[in-house]
Amino acid sequence: MIHPLLVSASAPPPIDSPTIQYGDLSPLLVVAAVALLGVMVEAFAPRALRFTIQTALAIGGIVVALAATVWVGLGLDRASGDVLARGRVVAEGAVAVDGPSVFMWGLVLLFALVSMLLFAERRLEGGLSAFTGQAAAPPGSAMEREAVEHRIEHTEVFPLAMFALVGMMLFPAANDLLTMFVALEVLSLPLYLLCGLARRRRLLSQESAMKYFLLGAFSSAFFAYGIALVYGFAGGFGLGDIDQAVSNRIDGQNLLLAGIALMAVGVMFKVGAVPFHAWTPDVYQGAPTAVTAFMAAGTKVAAFGAMLRLFFVAFGGASWDWRPMFWVVAILTMVVGAVAAVTQSDVKRMLAYSSIAHAGFILVGVTGAFVGTRDASVTSVSSVLFYLTVYGFSTIGAFAIVTIVRDASGETTQLSRWAGLGRESPLVAGAFALFMLAFAGIPLTSGFIGKWAVFSAAWSGGAWPLVVVAVLASVVAASFYVRVIVTMFFTEPTGEGPSVAVPSMATTAVIVVAVVVTVLLGVVPGPVLDLAQSAGAFVR
Amino acid sequence: MTDHYITLSLLLFTIGAVGVLVRRNAIVVFMCVELMLNATNLAFVTFARAHGNLDGQIAAFLVMVVAAAEVVVGLAIIVSIFRTRRSASVDDASLLKY
Repeated sequence: MIHPLLVSASAPPPIDSPTIQYGDLSPLLVVAAVALLGVMVEAFAPRALRFTIQTALAIGGIVVALAATVWVGLGLDRASGDVLARGRVVAEGAVAVDGPSVFMWGLVLLFALVSMLLFAERRLEGGLSAFTGQAAAPPGSAMEREAVEHRIEHTEVFPLAMFALVGMMLFPAANDLLTMFVALEVLSLPLYLLCGLARRRRLLSQESAMKYFLLGAFSSAFFAYGIALVYGFAGGFGLGDIDQAVSNRIDGQNLLLAGIALMAVGVMFKVGAVPFHAWTPDVYQGAPTAVTAFMAAGTKVAAFGAMLRLFFVAFGGASWDWRPMFWVVAILTMVVGAVAAVTQSDVKRMLAYSSIAHAGFILVGVTGAFVGTRDASVTSVSSVLFYLTVYGFSTIGAFAIVTIVRDASGETTQLSRWAGLGRESPLVAGAFALFMLAFAGIPLTSGFIGKWAVFSAAWSGGAWPLVVVAVLASVVAASFYVRVIVTMFFTEPTGEGPSVAVPSMATTAVIVVAVVVTVLLGVVPGPVLDLAQSAGAFVR
Repeated sequence: MTDHYITLSLLLFTIGAVGVLVRRNAIVVFMCVELMLNATNLAFVTFARAHGNLDGQIAAFLVMVVAAAEVVVGLAIIVSIFRTRRSASVDDASLLKY
């Protein structure tokens, strides 16, 4: 006999299987598949072939993902609403495939493509990659010498970079806080490891990995607690739900404000904004230069993308609460970045402080929070997208040049040793000078148009005092970029100057691409600016 | 009732944050970060009960997974530093500055 309770208990409701729009997510899925395949290659391919297979796999995968991104971008439908927005929310509300997302996907994929060429450079180290042969062997040990002798290489760097790339693509596209948190970690964890894998100066490299890891984990704990508080306020993770709760708020104000502040700490750490910038110079200097290039360009795009989406979509209704905080941070970031860069004597460290100053300039555009008017003026979102494009290419080019200015002990990064580089190799020094001029924002380089775009968006958004500070900070920043040019061209070399090593086709291609993009975007910025403009606003 | 759990979670989070700032051993610093993440989990679960939905509990699972992944990466880095320097103190690793 069956117990009556068991009979009367109704069957549990069926669980609906989620609908995933595989087509819209295909760029992400391709890169994730390539990363996993890369792990398989590590397990099964013979050692001698691994480097070639991994390089081909990474570059091929990125090219396929780029094609998929273009395909997704062309198929975006216009979303309903008064402001221009394309795309839709997919994967049960977890990912927003919209104009800005697709633009940033294309951007990080391009940055990853050129960075992978830097990763694949083997000619500079006599047929070995710039990454340590055996990370587990302590520097200077017999084990390390053995690894060098047998020409062992860590080809895991390619799958690691692909995993980081998945995170970089998901972070700005995440449409709920939980996906955003997971993407943040997927982006960060492989980068922590990559930072510690330099072949030369391994103590510095390991130290930078530890600093980046401890501070990064600390900041993501703040981000997670911020998510918890915002969830406590809104009762859900979707950015749309939070937006509604923020717009209709009557109580629980404190939870929301504390949540916004803690989440801001998380994203501002990632973009390297003052006062959360302390890791930037150490990590940029210690990490292998190819990784620094990838990280400097890619992480900035991902983190600013996520910051824009978070603050414009989820906390858009609370902009009066967060904008004062952004004002302070933007001013501090520009001033500290520009002033500290003036005193640097190491090229990589100087570029790191310059990246802090640039984060400040981009923050000016973010703080403007300008959504555009009818007469197609530059919005905050599109100006930031354009700035990230020009900054990323110039940065990768500058770091690519750092990898080829060398002496017997590896890269020569002391600025004083760069004296007379203009005579030794006018082409390389000229390219570096071009990047410096672009960073300084001199007309006819891409940097000028980028600065003009973010400043005009901020001005239209009513943040004109911020624009004035930004222009003053750019003048200070220009002084040290010019100092580098003076050192290279007009200073007598003291003792033995550095020599410019002849790189393989890979690094040469990277530098050429970076130069071409920097000049082209300075002379004819129209097409890319239009593309950023037509990306439109975020979908909700 | 919820308030008590949130207070406890805030206390744990603060202890973790202060620990990161004042402790010198990289392993202990890292454990303090884990404490902060666990405080986050407590907050997630408490808010899930307050709101009567399961989202917060799912979040707690994901935070645990992320914390586990972080341990793998973090210990690898700390162990490699320890093998090089015979010390896991965050003060000893100070070649990069200014």
